[in-house]
Amino acid sequence: MFLINCPYCGERDQSEFSAGGEAHIVRPKQPTELSDDQWAEYLFMRKNIKGVQFERWNHAHGCRKWFNMVRDTSNDKIHAVYKIGEKPPIN
Amino acid sequence: MSKDLRIINNRFIDQTTRISFKFDGKTLYGFKGDTLASALLANNIHLVGRSFKYHRPRGIMACGSEEPNAIVQVGNDASMTEPNTRATEIELYEGLEASSQNCWPSVNFDIGAINNFFSPLIPAAFYYKTFMWPSNFWKLYEYFIRKSAGLGKSPTEPDKDIYDHRYLHCDVLVVGGGISGIIAAKIAAKNNLNTLLIDDKNILGGTTLFQENECFKINNSYSNEWLKKEIETLKSLENLTIKTRTSLAAYHSYNYLLARENITDHLDINEKKDKIRQRLWKIRAKKVIIATGSMERPLIFNNNDRPGIMLSSSIKKYIDYYGVKCGQKISLFTNNDSAYETAISLDNSGVNVNSVVDIRDKTNSSIVKQAEKLGIKIHWKSTIVNTNGYKKINSIEIMKLSDDGAAVVGKKIKEQCDCLGISGGWTPRVHLFTQSGGKLNFRDEDNVFLPGKSELDQISIGSCNGDFELDEIIKNSVNSTNKFLKVNNNDYENLEIISSKEIHKKNIWLLPSDKPLGKTKPFLDFQNDSTANDVKLALREGYKSIEHVKRYTTTGMATDQGKLSNMHALGIIAETAGVKMGQLGTTTFRPPYTPLTFGTIVGRNVGEFFDITRKTPMHEWHIKNKAVFENVGQWKRAWYYPVDNENMHEAVQRESKAARDSAGILDASTLGKIDIQGSDASEFLNRVYTNAWSKLEIGKCRYGLMLNEDGMVYDDGVTTRLSENHYLMTTTTGGAANVLSKLEDYLQTEWPELDVYLTSVTDHYGTVSVCGPNSKKILSKVIPDLDLSDKEFPHMSFKNALIDNIKCRVMRISFTGEHSYEINIQSSYAKSVWEKCYEAGKEFNITPYGTETMHLLRAEKGFIIVGQDTDGTMTPVDLQMDWIISKKKYDFVGKRSLYRSDTIREDRKQLVGLLTDDPKEVLEEGAQIVTEKNKQPIEMLGHVTSSYFSPNLNKSIALAIVKNGKKMKGKKLFVPMENKTINVTITDTVFLDKENKRLNA
Repeated sequence: MFLINCPYCGERDQSEFSAGGEAHIVRPKQPTELSDDQWAEYLFMRKNIKGVQFERWNHAHGCRKWFNMVRDTSNDKIHAVYKIGEKPPIN
Repeated sequence: MSKDLRIINNRFIDQTTRISFKFDGKTLYGFKGDTLASALLANNIHLVGRSFKYHRPRGIMACGSEEPNAIVQVGNDASMTEPNTRATEIELYEGLEASSQNCWPSVNFDIGAINNFFSPLIPAAFYYKTFMWPSNFWKLYEYFIRKSAGLGKSPTEPDKDIYDHRYLHCDVLVVGGGISGIIAAKIAAKNNLNTLLIDDKNILGGTTLFQENECFKINNSYSNEWLKKEIETLKSLENLTIKTRTSLAAYHSYNYLLARENITDHLDINEKKDKIRQRLWKIRAKKVIIATGSMERPLIFNNNDRPGIMLSSSIKKYIDYYGVKCGQKISLFTNNDSAYETAISLDNSGVNVNSVVDIRDKTNSSIVKQAEKLGIKIHWKSTIVNTNGYKKINSIEIMKLSDDGAAVVGKKIKEQCDCLGISGGWTPRVHLFTQSGGKLNFRDEDNVFLPGKSELDQISIGSCNGDFELDEIIKNSVNSTNKFLKVNNNDYENLEIISSKEIHKKNIWLLPSDKPLGKTKPFLDFQNDSTANDVKLALREGYKSIEHVKRYTTTGMATDQGKLSNMHALGIIAETAGVKMGQLGTTTFRPPYTPLTFGTIVGRNVGEFFDITRKTPMHEWHIKNKAVFENVGQWKRAWYYPVDNENMHEAVQRESKAARDSAGILDASTLGKIDIQGSDASEFLNRVYTNAWSKLEIGKCRYGLMLNEDGMVYDDGVTTRLSENHYLMTTTTGGAANVLSKLEDYLQTEWPELDVYLTSVTDHYGTVSVCGPNSKKILSKVIPDLDLSDKEFPHMSFKNALIDNIKCRVMRISFTGEHSYEINIQSSYAKSVWEKCYEAGKEFNITPYGTETMHLLRAEKGFIIVGQDTDGTMTPVDLQMDWIISKKKYDFVGKRSLYRSDTIREDRKQLVGLLTDDPKEVLEEGAQIVTEKNKQPIEMLGHVTSSYFSPNLNKSIALAIVKNGKKMKGKKLFVPMENKTINVTITDTVFLDKENKRLNA
């Protein structure tokens, strides 16, 4: 059970959060101009990395804010959390 | 109680307080402080159970959680009985009733023991191999196998006990109250760290507590006396919480740990009542110090499972701690020094020690010398090749080991005994460390797995970290703790420690016998009855991975999770396969460390607390009017209101008719309500709904369909424009929470530039829906000031109004196709408004209707229910709702997906209406639809999603999704049922009032 440092509330138990999949996938500004393949790339294709991964999380049972997290999926180590719109502190 | 087996020892148990208990129906006596195991041993009862497969007699083997044999059924009440409880962990209490498991008719005469004679026929994986043929016989086999499977009996009635969960946060958690745990806890607490020390026993001190031997001294006193003083000071420390009878069950990531505290299990039966039985502590610790110690290994030799064969250190604990002699003539068998401590303790207590059989050539450590000085006979370089005695050991057969240890040589010596202590060395309890994700290293010198790398803020100290000598335990525990906590405690500097040192080590995983391996029974896993032969067989049959061997032979898969068996299984596999143990790795240790009761796991979340129940403000009225409820998510919704002895069908037919003929009233409070405000509210709605919102006038309502980004229908509902920048959105009852979080997601992550605020107001307002041709008359009685003319208050509009001076919002919207109003009012007034409407409607026979009638009425009009007529694969086009997709809007959520190659396919499954040829025949929801009656394999075109008998049309109607359905209007299809085939025709989805005349009636 993770201890997650919500950028708005501080350290909280994982049970207060819900995971929202891969981060930094921007919704295309002009979807109508995309081919089926390009749109499918946005819609369906997600990474599933063993190692450091950028993820979206929501403090669902707390401040209800979405934020991003850098997490190593191989050992569940959370390297960083940061607000939506901010640049990842690590690459 | 057999007096001969008790010695006077009042230090840890209270020999002045006699306790009566029952075992297998017989009343016996023990003392306060005894465990069930120690009390049974004091009554000369070793035989407590039968083994799982061969039903061999089995006795108490250990004194703690690693006990494989003495697992008993406690209690005989149908709701409180508990199977598979370790007798070694049950503290004796007045009124305790326990019984043996896996034996019939009794533990002394067990019919199943016949399996033992067939044991050569029941090798590893016997069941897999035997019951495969013929395959259709499995049903028959299963009945008998299920009957004989399992050990204890589970309770048949709900548990009456109370269980609890609590959270605990601390700076330092120390797991284990032995000598190293005590040192660590003291250092932590004295340095102002908020410390928690837990131990599964009833008192602190571990095994050092009864280590009173010249060979182990600290500052000139016995190690136990020194420790007692340490415990005294410990108890006076302010920052320290001590929890005894608390067993750590699981160690998860981020130092999140679960511990089970036994609160009443040790109390007399009449003191247990109305108290919390067990509590699960959910601990979040900044730092964790594991000091869980080690457990003694057995030795693997022929017939090593007889009652009376025990771990040597357990025999020591029974004599030194409980004052119980496990036998009168005890032999010991060892590969290390610790059995000599047992020999000395026994000798000091006046128990006759026959001899110590030691596989080592010779050693002269101080503890061995002490034993020799006492005249204890030692068989060096020897092994036990066989034991005798069916229900209890009565003799052992000893032979010399060959130089390489692979065979036995010379003459066999037979020695009489009534108890045999065995010691195969020590296994650090690394279970918690590995549960937390830590990696183990193997130390070849004494064949132990030790904690290696860990990602968490934790250390292991003491013997669970591989320190087995007293001086090293203390020195290393102090140093590691100081370093780990970054403190500099000097309480333990300049201690003068005397400790016997083990000089010689020798290990043979599977000891040789004079008989060939196939003719011997060297048990590895006592509880699951697997032998060294089974493991070797698995290897011969080609299994290589330790995980596979484990599952094939079930070694280590019993309720003790192989605490005593795993190391030898690994050793034998490594030896047979010719690999190094360190490379072989271990099987995975999974939580819980010791079994948890289901009660502890669920805590208070039982019965009405299992899940949240949401009730509308009118709930009491529904109950008073005999509503039958259905669960919609967490909500309790009135389903139908039977009058007299109506069944559901009759009630729904009556309610449906009344709503269309005159007036009906529905509690619509559960619909999700989201308050949307902000200068970009209209733009936001444009983006999340398929239709356009910018031009919606203030005071008007509009139906909206929400899609997922993949173009599939996600939710629907009516949204009202309350003012320029203020909307009230309604969602489906079940979808409310998900819709809100989806909208929040878009707002926060994709469109943070939008000035929009969302607030869930579902619970804030109660909603009374009045429908039917007389609804207008009823509303005019309830709110006389409101102009209800079609001009002033047309369909799909809203008005602010006052009822008894209380503000409310009235929407003229309809889910039934009737002229209808929805009154939204602050929840606390909703019941009184409901009653007001009901009173006002009485002259029009206003009829309360539930969700079933609501579903029927909307089906007559062909209105969809998201989640019933859709399933996450339906686009608005599939639903024949093309009209709701804005052609003008550049973008909205899901728009691009509506013209992907798959979503524009014309032969997708589409929503259609279905009429049965026989108007009385009502289809079953979920029934499949086909084109031909007799074709095989039959092609499924789709299925029925909604189906009712409409009293207003006097015929059966249904909605269905059918492949290419749009183009099939008028086509005859079939719905095959179990014993008949129903003929149906595809129709339009709207069955009643296609012109929408009733809305303005």
